[in-house]
Amino acid sequence: MTVETLDDDVAGVVAGSEYERERVPEGALRGPSSFWGMYAGEHTAGTEFMIGPLFVAWGASAASLIFGLLLGNLLAVLTWRYLTAVIACDERLTLYYKMERIAGRNLVAFYNLANGLLFCFLAGAMITVSATAVGPFFPPGTIEMPTFQSTMPTGLAWILSCIAIGAAMTLVALKGYGVVAQVGHYAAPWMLLVFVACALVTLGRLGTTDVWALLTPPPGTEQKISFLGIVFFSWFCNAAMHLGMADLSVLRFAKKPSAGWASASGMFLGHYVAWICAALLLVYWVRAHGVDPTKGVDPGTMVNDSVGWAGLLCVIVAGWTTANPTIYRAGLAFQGMIPGLSRTAATLLAGAICIGAGIFPAFAMKLLDFVGLYGTVLAPIGAIIIVDHFFADSLGIARDPAARSGSAFNPVVLIAWLLPVAVAMYGYWQHNLFASYLPLPCAIACGLLYALLSRAGGGQAVARS
Amino acid sequence: MHTPAKILGLLAIAGTIVPPALFMWSALGLDAVKAIMFVSSIAWFVAAPFWMKVE
Repeated sequence: MTVETLDDDVAGVVAGSEYERERVPEGALRGPSSFWGMYAGEHTAGTEFMIGPLFVAWGASAASLIFGLLLGNLLAVLTWRYLTAVIACDERLTLYYKMERIAGRNLVAFYNLANGLLFCFLAGAMITVSATAVGPFFPPGTIEMPTFQSTMPTGLAWILSCIAIGAAMTLVALKGYGVVAQVGHYAAPWMLLVFVACALVTLGRLGTTDVWALLTPPPGTEQKISFLGIVFFSWFCNAAMHLGMADLSVLRFAKKPSAGWASASGMFLGHYVAWICAALLLVYWVRAHGVDPTKGVDPGTMVNDSVGWAGLLCVIVAGWTTANPTIYRAGLAFQGMIPGLSRTAATLLAGAICIGAGIFPAFAMKLLDFVGLYGTVLAPIGAIIIVDHFFADSLGIARDPAARSGSAFNPVVLIAWLLPVAVAMYGYWQHNLFASYLPLPCAIACGLLYALLSRAGGGQAVARS
Repeated sequence: MHTPAKILGLLAIAGTIVPPALFMWSALGLDAVKAIMFVSSIAWFVAAPFWMKVE
């Protein structure tokens, strides 16, 4: 799970300098090769070191990991290919401009705030993961590392580590992200190999190549995540990007919707190979050192033990290259919300929130839940775009209603978006529903509500006014 | 510069993945694996900017 390591195109989009409020012209379109490398890089991030071991901690079966991840990632790729890429190539607009045309400028600002805050928490999780790589450079016990059950800071040394790493990321974000985007691009193939290297060392230490047996939890292990849970997690951990249409901003540069297949490089390398390799790291610690899988071991310690400094470098680089553009994007979102706020002040504000979130290990240790909630909040907006794009004409409702009426705030969108999200949050907090089950029903409900309310008069009224 | 960088990059890639494979087959010690991987990682970041195309 990650956010985008921005390439030059996307950098332009985010900076607001490249076709932000117009269709991408024919001359600026890119072939599929541009997207394969980008997706492979952006979905091999520091947080992959957390997700694989968390699956082990949750007692996932070997079948769930081998076949569930395969199916879930396939569904994610199909969503990118047949929804996001199709709309992106038809419309050739950014998510934000398309939303503005449907929902109005003021509502987009509200969406930006939600997006910016969620970005901060995600970047905070990446800071947490990167900070675990600091520990092995000091004598044992100097920095108490968090476990999977940690939610609060483990001590002053931990807090200082997070502040140092987060401050460095924020300072780089202040300078823009061109260099970091390049480092991320160069690092992508090497990072994947480091994941695989960790797995090979683990297999060597355990004296077997039977991955199925290694991934099979010991008898009596409580299974907190089922096959279906793994499928839905891997399908919707990037729900904001595919179903939520954030990747319209990227794929609008594609010559053909078939560029959507490029997401397969990210899913099957980063979210399949890397997750399973990372899972094997914790399997080794459970089997060889008797570690309680529900408490786990921090990524820095496991990777250092497995492949040494190359692994620590990988943890830091993977976290840095993905957290940095996240902080930058969050800063842009805040800047859009608060008139008169400078880019520097906005980025510092975003960085401070990220560091605050990073100090608390809860966001990283509850990552399986957090990314589900992230998708639950943001994916429904994509459903509104799907209804607008595919069904508006046949339903007899106006396309781009806010743009037609000049409205700055379309209340139909707000109701259709927040009502299902509120119900989903109630289900999560009060009934302990697994967060990754929520984005799909939430998005479907949001799309239906938008169609019904628009048909009932809201959208038509906006269109007529 | 392109060709030497490409050769160095390929060696770095090999140095990142071959030693762990040799360790798995008990043909190399773990300390050697860690040392070779670290040197290869540095070599990769030196070579990649001259070799890899950023679109």
